[in-house]
Amino acid sequence: MGELRLMKGNEALAEAAIRAGVDGYFGYPITPQSEVIEYLTAEKPYERTGMVVLQAESEVASINMLYGAGATGKKVMTSSSSPGISLMQEGISYIAGAEIPVVLVNVVRGGPGLGDIQPSQSDYFQTTKGGGHGDYRLIALAPSSVQEMSDFVPLAFELAFKYRNPAIIISDGAIGQMMEKVELFEQMPRLTDEEIREKYRWATNGKLKDGTRRVITSLDLDPHKLEEHNLKLQAKYREIEEKEVRYEMLQCEDAEYIIVAYGLSARISQKAIQLLREKGHKVGLLRPITIWPFPKKQIDELVKKGVKGFLSVEMSAGQMVEDVKLAVNGRVKVEHFGRLGGVIHSPEEVVAAMENKIIGG
Amino acid sequence: MADINIQDIIKPENLVYKKTRLMTDKTLSYCPGCGHGTTHRLIMEVVEELGMEYETIGVAPVGCSVLAYEFMNVDMQEAAHGRAPAVATGIKRLWPDKLVFTYQGDGDLAAIGTGETIHACNRGENIVIVFINNGIYGMTGGQMAPTTLVGMKTSTTPYGRDVEMMGNPLKITELVAQLPGTYYVTRQAVHTPSAVRKAKRAIKKAFENQLNKKPGLSFVEVVSNCNSGWKMSPVDANNWMEENMFPFYNLGDIKVDGKLVTK
Ligand SMILES: Cc1ncc(C[n+]2csc(CCOP(=O)(O)OP(=O)(O)O)c2C)c(N)n1
Ligand code: SF4
Ligand SMILES: [Mg+2]
Repeated sequence: MGELRLMKGNEALAEAAIRAGVDGYFGYPITPQSEVIEYLTAEKPYERTGMVVLQAESEVASINMLYGAGATGKKVMTSSSSPGISLMQEGISYIAGAEIPVVLVNVVRGGPGLGDIQPSQSDYFQTTKGGGHGDYRLIALAPSSVQEMSDFVPLAFELAFKYRNPAIIISDGAIGQMMEKVELFEQMPRLTDEEIREKYRWATNGKLKDGTRRVITSLDLDPHKLEEHNLKLQAKYREIEEKEVRYEMLQCEDAEYIIVAYGLSARISQKAIQLLREKGHKVGLLRPITIWPFPKKQIDELVKKGVKGFLSVEMSAGQMVEDVKLAVNGRVKVEHFGRLGGVIHSPEEVVAAMENKIIGG
Repeated sequence: MADINIQDIIKPENLVYKKTRLMTDKTLSYCPGCGHGTTHRLIMEVVEELGMEYETIGVAPVGCSVLAYEFMNVDMQEAAHGRAPAVATGIKRLWPDKLVFTYQGDGDLAAIGTGETIHACNRGENIVIVFINNGIYGMTGGQMAPTTLVGMKTSTTPYGRDVEMMGNPLKITELVAQLPGTYYVTRQAVHTPSAVRKAKRAIKKAFENQLNKKPGLSFVEVVSNCNSGWKMSPVDANNWMEENMFPFYNLGDIKVDGKLVTK
């Protein structure tokens, strides 16, 4: 068993970054995730593992530092919260276009605009549907515990490098701020410069000895070539959809109704399911762990098994519910429930929504 | 008269100039007479002379030189508009022994990317910035740049740059020279053979500073023409540049070895 600690989600994520052998972190403070950079600067990872930590002058700068460093084959990450992630979108689009493997973290807060600093899930569209310009996708992992804030860091890097694609850990102010027991994984080694040059031949870290030079760009002025590049990206996204869907199902075997919820909403919905079952309703929980790729097939199978209705529960005005509807494709009832602006719904509210909108509706 | 055989002339001992192999054979996308191509060549000659071909990573901007990576035969990245100094920071922080440079126009460096420029300079990133100041947005068709001279006509200042409306041209090079993080700041040109030789010495000094890990950033401005944007012939553009740009953007060193040059 690994080392056990009581930690905030943000701190667990920062510690996991050091332990995952991350080479560099670039970030700009914003509530509710400033603990990430505070923890990293206090821990002096440059002494522990040689990891570089730099406070950038803005999120625009951090995402472009990530572009530069990531394009050399190093493992680099940034973290921010909603407004900061919005500011990064041009850079994220470039990173996706140039196929640079980096890890982003969004500890989501209430919006739109400056909004508030309370937990929210209203950045689902931005995360899963693009966010920046152009046709691209992020591999999006949604932790629902402090443990997953730690575990998803190496997983996000593994996926990012496997597909040469940006991956994002999409959390929220509650998961980031709450303290829980976490089992930390053992320190993983950082790759040496030579190992990186050997492993990632595409990376721009100085021409290869055989004279091969590498270029990292998202530009191609020839529309036919750019279409070809886009088709290649799309093929990659289809492969990710095929192979990398992650989810958890709770009490779905006999379920007549399903709550679909990720992150903090999944935690709350777990309690709601217990209350609903006590009332005699056969309700299960489908928790997407990857919100992109989305567990469409699993929903389809649940419909085929005879599930009569789905309630999508998220702290937003109804974003993920669109993906649930696409997967259900009109066969059974799908409704949304969620509080807005950083208000966290109670299990009882979820119970009432399930009873009123789906079971009795 | 005896026939002259050209093969007798092409001999190593007669060689006066050779294109560096660090420029690709791709035809430059620049207008004839434009200073971008010459400046590219100088940078690549310096990298070759320093023996750093395998250790150099360049960052191209968004602007006419967006395709610099097609011409410069080293590992290259193409940055978002204005963000090259942040991109270069990311590279250099993780590969401190590599030579890292950015190549940026005035719109890129002194308008949209002002923040990244100032902070990279202020942190004293051990990189080289080569800054092409042509007083205009060449790539997008000749709009006003932060460096456009007062009264100068561009497609967005069709009656000339009006200070009341658009402020004064920005001398960002003098500005970054004030920051303790810059080690070498100079302003050069590439429109005559003697200017080219001086500019090359400056670029070499900048790269040597980085190689020798001198504390701070080396910043080389090249005042250049944009004959297309200025709507002049190449010769007229160079004359106009001497008469109008140089009196405002004075050529010469501004900061050497971390100390401001007193004139
Ligand atoms: C975010 C963004 N805004 C605007 C543009 C359009 N754009 C491309 S190049 C350019 C100006 C470049 O001018 P400069 O940096 O002076 O380079 P030059 O072409 O003169 O060498 C602009 C505004 C862009 N590509 N990206
Ligand atoms: S438009 Fe101006 S800056 Fe661009 S290539 Fe032509 S002369 Fe050079
Ligand atoms: Mg310009």
